[in-house]
Amino acid sequence: MSTSAGETRVPVMEAPNVLEFPFSRSTGPVIGAFMTALRDEAKILGATTATGKVIVPPLEYDPETGEATTGLVDVGSSGVVTTWAWVREPGPKHPLAKPFAWALIKLDGADTALVHAVDAGSPDAMSTGMRVTAHFKPEREGHIRDIECFVPSSGSAGGESGTPSGGVRTPEEVFSSGTAPNEGSADASTGQADEAPGPVRKISTPIELVYRFTAGRATSRFVRGLLDFKILGQRCPSCTKVYVPPRGSCAKCGVATEEEVELPTTGTVTTFCVVNVPFYGQKIKIPYVTATILLDGADIGLFHLIQECEADEVHMGMRVEAVWQEPENMVPGLEAIQHFRPTGEPDADYDTYKEHV
Amino acid sequence: MREVAVVSFAQSVPARRADEFNEVELLMPVVHQAVADSGIPKGEIGFTISGSCDYLAGIPFAFVSGLDAVGAWPPITESHVEMDGAWALYEAWVRLQHGDIDSALVYSFGKSSLGPLTDVLSQQLDPYYLAPLWLDSVSVAALQARAWLDAGHSEEEMAEVVSASRRAARSNPNTQLAGDPDLKELLAQPYLVDPLRRHDCPPIGDGAAAVVLAVGDLARSVSERPAWITGIDHRIEPHSLGARDLASSASTREAARRAGVGRGPVDVAEVHAPFSHQVPIVAEALGLDGGVEVNPSGGALAANVVMAAGLVRIGEAAARISGGSATRAVAHATAGPALQQNLVCVLEGDKR
Amino acid sequence: MSGQRCAVVGIGQTKYASVRDDVSIAGLLREAAVRALEDAEMVWSDIDAVVIGKAPDMFEGVVMPEAYLADALGAAGKPMIRVHTAGSVGGSTALVAASLVQGGIHDKVLTVAFEKQSESDAMWALSRPIPFAPPTLAGAGGYFAPHIRSYIRRSGAPADIGIKVAVKDRLNALKNPYAHLHMEDISFSKVEESMMLWDPIRYLETCPSSDGACAMVLAAEPIGDAAASRGARPPAWLHATAMRSEPTMFAARDAVNPRAGQDCAADLYRQAGITNPRSEIDMAEIYVPFSWYEAMWMENLGFAPLGEGWKMVEEGATALDGDMPINCSGGVLSSNPIGASGMIRFAESALQVRGMAGEHQVPDCRLAMGHAYGGGSQYFAMWLVGAAKPG
Repeated sequence: MSTSAGETRVPVMEAPNVLEFPFSRSTGPVIGAFMTALRDEAKILGATTATGKVIVPPLEYDPETGEATTGLVDVGSSGVVTTWAWVREPGPKHPLAKPFAWALIKLDGADTALVHAVDAGSPDAMSTGMRVTAHFKPEREGHIRDIECFVPSSGSAGGESGTPSGGVRTPEEVFSSGTAPNEGSADASTGQADEAPGPVRKISTPIELVYRFTAGRATSRFVRGLLDFKILGQRCPSCTKVYVPPRGSCAKCGVATEEEVELPTTGTVTTFCVVNVPFYGQKIKIPYVTATILLDGADIGLFHLIQECEADEVHMGMRVEAVWQEPENMVPGLEAIQHFRPTGEPDADYDTYKEHV
Repeated sequence: MREVAVVSFAQSVPARRADEFNEVELLMPVVHQAVADSGIPKGEIGFTISGSCDYLAGIPFAFVSGLDAVGAWPPITESHVEMDGAWALYEAWVRLQHGDIDSALVYSFGKSSLGPLTDVLSQQLDPYYLAPLWLDSVSVAALQARAWLDAGHSEEEMAEVVSASRRAARSNPNTQLAGDPDLKELLAQPYLVDPLRRHDCPPIGDGAAAVVLAVGDLARSVSERPAWITGIDHRIEPHSLGARDLASSASTREAARRAGVGRGPVDVAEVHAPFSHQVPIVAEALGLDGGVEVNPSGGALAANVVMAAGLVRIGEAAARISGGSATRAVAHATAGPALQQNLVCVLEGDKR
Repeated sequence: MSGQRCAVVGIGQTKYASVRDDVSIAGLLREAAVRALEDAEMVWSDIDAVVIGKAPDMFEGVVMPEAYLADALGAAGKPMIRVHTAGSVGGSTALVAASLVQGGIHDKVLTVAFEKQSESDAMWALSRPIPFAPPTLAGAGGYFAPHIRSYIRRSGAPADIGIKVAVKDRLNALKNPYAHLHMEDISFSKVEESMMLWDPIRYLETCPSSDGACAMVLAAEPIGDAAASRGARPPAWLHATAMRSEPTMFAARDAVNPRAGQDCAADLYRQAGITNPRSEIDMAEIYVPFSWYEAMWMENLGFAPLGEGWKMVEEGATALDGDMPINCSGGVLSSNPIGASGMIRFAESALQVRGMAGEHQVPDCRLAMGHAYGGGSQYFAMWLVGAAKPG
């Protein structure tokens, strides 16, 4: 019961597809308090639950019961490794550039373990049950990466530096505690107020993932045709309709399409839109016209730009033709056609394209 | 409950890079074959549902093109889960319980060769505490593997799982990794992320799978030996790795109990365990005894089409029933980091 | 309707806003879910299963976020399903949850749909250049504007229909405390003078980009009966549910009046025994992301003859005091957390038949429609809910 989707291999077109965005996340009070304490106090907070547990890092809701957690407590910055994994070849996004361990670390005073990196030098230095201590970055912004990593605790009795202190706090109390309450006070010393960064309400998490985009067989043939200044459609063997761009299938019949049909570069605007809205990543200067163009001999509209006329001159039934890129600027894909422009012919009769409106 | 059976199953040959096919080109022959093999005319199938993930291809709405492969005209009653196809099958099974329709088509597909899969999956983790660390999916599995080793297991057991998977895969045309590796050689390989070696991890695979379900008499009329779904359940656990016992799978155990795995002897089990140590964790949670043949297909260690691999387990188990080599089979699917979510399906053939 | 009877016994919504920077993603869902549980007079442990829905994961940049959200929705130890059917997902998600009750699998299902669009930028997520394709993607408006132009050409509708819908929905939103847009000074001229973004769509004829979540508790008949007998928060009974899909692109596809929408509505009416939807259905919450779509969907849903949907707008039939009130909540034009927008339609229709819609309540509303669509006008999800049990 297996199907091989095809035997013949054809060279396929490929291009990078970069998914990149600087996501900005609002934290809400609990995560925000954790981030604030990290930044201002170099302390790690846990969340208390109605059942008496301390969850680290603090969650807003007790995963076991679904109930909201009840408050925040300081936990130690040292703890015990409950499991670990050794990364031999760190990736560029990992917390450390040299080989390191991921570990689940149950901090002193916590009932659940947090995940972070441990800088131990060698996997031989790692073991379940070992004690590790958080190493905070000197410059902190309120982010999980303010903990640069954990390091093996020095000395045999590692528990002292990480003894939890203080009582249960609310997020508001954490937000208002200012810097290092244990070393001085939350006094409003002059000059500090201007620089006080305020509670952490947001974190920045830029995400970039680089994919390949592969065009598949039908699109690859189409793109190769464009590079030869040809527009190649495909005819459905079932309903005989001509698809352009071809997709290798007729979606209506649910069958593969093989027969190639070369189409002229002329067609009719069936409908269109004048785009006048700016957005992140936009490539074309606004305003511009995008239109559905029914190429002569095709049975489905092609989406492209209309230029070489004013936006307000574009109308339904307008006859247009493709303008190819100059050979030296040729790019694979539909951008091989710069745009479509009016031919100056009389408008197509509505009846000739009305089933595409 | 209405009687529901798997009456056909088709899959593509998983490929390390199926570049020459777009998703539709990959899926269409599989869907066509599953429908043809079901003996139910396409237009009479009452419900269609798919499972896939936009982030595998890195394109929003990537699942939409799947409709092209089905030939959804006239318009069909259809839905989609952003989950493995096993959960799509679950939804179809639920829909068939309503009583008004008698058959369903389930499909899933994925091309994880397109993106940096282990990084992509890192972005499934808690977006405040974990995803910004780029804790990749192999490292998550390695943390789990160590917890399992610390609970009294050995790397030799992991190597044995790999070896068994490779050997089983030799008789399965739809796998990527087959062979007869020596345990010592496996254990002599360097670590990728300790304690995982490369062979403890699944291959990257592009592919598609489809299943047709039918109820009662319709199933009997189109199939000589329907694979009846006599129990199906799925459960999720807390997300935090540090809030779970990673060395066992509580949600698999609960789903297995509710699906009734223990109500009879099990001939064969197909478990969706992409990493070697997860096979015994799942087998233990399913309550399988030593006599059960586990992963005769080779399992996800031999071929792992992300988003379809769980559905493939159900299809493979059903094929064992329909082919007559098993009377009672268990299929398992997993989702989320370190076996966070698990589905268990019990399939049975008619007594002969 | 197929399967066992199902009732809506709890509804919760967040305040919708362009930026809900006071909460995490989990906190946003939680706000809606807790309100739904309170409405249902239930606690977390009462819930049997959770069904969650949202539009593309790129909006928040969290891959299959249901794994992380399980904790916030009390899902540990329970089944959890994640639905994604493009813009219709909020409706589809409700239907998957209902299906669990209709199929006799569970008695009490929590369903939640959400979007936190402020974490990124929807225009970015929807307009990313696809290799080899023309560089023409320009958000949802860029896709739907040509279809609106086609509708205007086909129906001969006056140019101001879209403006009238935009004003009506924003006036309705003033009666809905959860609505994102509360535009006290909304007027015909204000909409008319707003910037033409995607000609023929003006700025004030488009939906906003919102953060928000909507949740419902769907329950089996005995639980609906108990809610009915308590009286204060009566249930809404499902009378019909339907979904239809068709491919995005094929030769001569009618994207203005898609057959999938017509078939979906026809299936709904068949299940409920409805022969004249406009007179038998008391109100509808339908998915109108661009104002012209109200007129277009009036025809697609069979409320108006072909080519005459715009007349219902012109006559005021779709106003809160008209004979076929549409989007009394203010609709998608006033609140648009994309993944939740469909579920909000379903929930608002249920609020109406429960008599709990507050200032935007339609008097004596007995039967109401919830509607969602998505993709290239190709995914449809609909339900009919009633104050009384289906016959």
